[in-house]
Amino acid sequence: MSEKIVTLDDATFDEHVKASDRPVLVDFWAEWCGPCKMIAPILEEIAEEQAGKLEVAKVNIDDNLAVTRRYDVMSIPSLLLFKDGELKARLIGAKPKNQLLQEISPYL
Amino acid sequence: MPATSGRHSKVVILGSGPAGLTAALYTARAQLGPVVLEGEPSSTTDQPGGQLMLTTDVENYPGFPDGILGPELMGAMRNQALRFGADLITAKATRVDLSVHPFEIWTGDPGRTGPSHRAEALIIATGARSLMLGVPGEQRLLAHGVSTCATCDGFFFRGHDIAVVGGGDSAIEEALFLTRFAKTVTIIHRRDQLRASKIMQQRAFSNPSIRFRWNSVVTEVLGDTRVESLRLRDTRSGVESVLEVTGLFVAIGHEPNTGLFKGQLELDANGYIRTGFRSKTQSHSDVDNDRQGFGDSTTSVEGVFACGDVQDHVYRQAVTAAGSGCVAAIDAERWLEAKGS
Repeated sequence: MSEKIVTLDDATFDEHVKASDRPVLVDFWAEWCGPCKMIAPILEEIAEEQAGKLEVAKVNIDDNLAVTRRYDVMSIPSLLLFKDGELKARLIGAKPKNQLLQEISPYL
Repeated sequence: MPATSGRHSKVVILGSGPAGLTAALYTARAQLGPVVLEGEPSSTTDQPGGQLMLTTDVENYPGFPDGILGPELMGAMRNQALRFGADLITAKATRVDLSVHPFEIWTGDPGRTGPSHRAEALIIATGARSLMLGVPGEQRLLAHGVSTCATCDGFFFRGHDIAVVGGGDSAIEEALFLTRFAKTVTIIHRRDQLRASKIMQQRAFSNPSIRFRWNSVVTEVLGDTRVESLRLRDTRSGVESVLEVTGLFVAIGHEPNTGLFKGQLELDANGYIRTGFRSKTQSHSDVDNDRQGFGDSTTSVEGVFACGDVQDHVYRQAVTAAGSGCVAAIDAERWLEAKGS
């Protein structure tokens, strides 16, 4: 995994998302989810290419039910975009890279 | 520039399910250097690898006595095609022009001048995608209790009462899978018996977590921010009732991914690509529609071949799709040879 991508959990989630100086795109995923695996390489590319404007983070839902429930994630992959600690957008389902970029661009 | 733009290939294959990847394997081994536009990521069945990417255990693909996971099987097929030099591109065709030869194929912006690819022979294996119910509330509550992917979302319904709509093999398979998580799974079916295979029916009937609502259709998905219940109508009495569930999985059938080819290829009444045109001209007899998926892979346009679920609404199996992919590859190879290219 790209070293640009940070792994968050129930304990570190809030603080990290609030403290970040850039918008944070959080990928809620699981090992058993095929479409999650499919977009993993796309997220790595986005993390590298948009490093100055955006931070990419991952939450494994199996191990982090509290934050998964709190944000009402009921379908994965779900990409939640936070800005200044606030939830701004929710992208559900695997999508091509250009579509993901287009949907997050208003917040960058 | 436009007239000659685009990468030229002997064979371009659209789609990368069992049909597309088998066609890729055979045309690669025949040294035709196939380019496969494998599709783009999605959480529906319209994605690289096709419908099997959203399944778990595949128990009826020959050669795997203990079964194999759908995504694993597709990964293996992909590697096998790559090994012989197929070029797999993660892109989806957005427009085709079959009125010129070589055929022209666009990816990305379909309005761009000049195609991305040009093909001497085109093999269409774009498959089929799941139908949705099209009732009020369904789109609004998608990902909030309405799901298109049981393997992705079943986890979120641990201990819940949920419903599956449909009566075929995929509906039963989905219901059985969901019993791993849910407290109860109610199968809602518009008839009084299942269309699914005997073995799947037996498993469903003997599973204590599975219930049935026969002769019923969903008319509305209810709930403010997440699914709370479904409005059902009895197909015989017309009486409406409400079923309290927090999840809805839809498995009522498929429609072919043939939007790109409308007006360019002959489709049947349900939108599937008509095949078997060579046998038609050779025997001078009409090819019966029900024989679709059986005969050769030729379409109404010479040099365009179709295989897999995009032309088969009868068998729709991984192994028949793979078989028809092989048929299309051999048809394309012979056609190119006869044409002398």
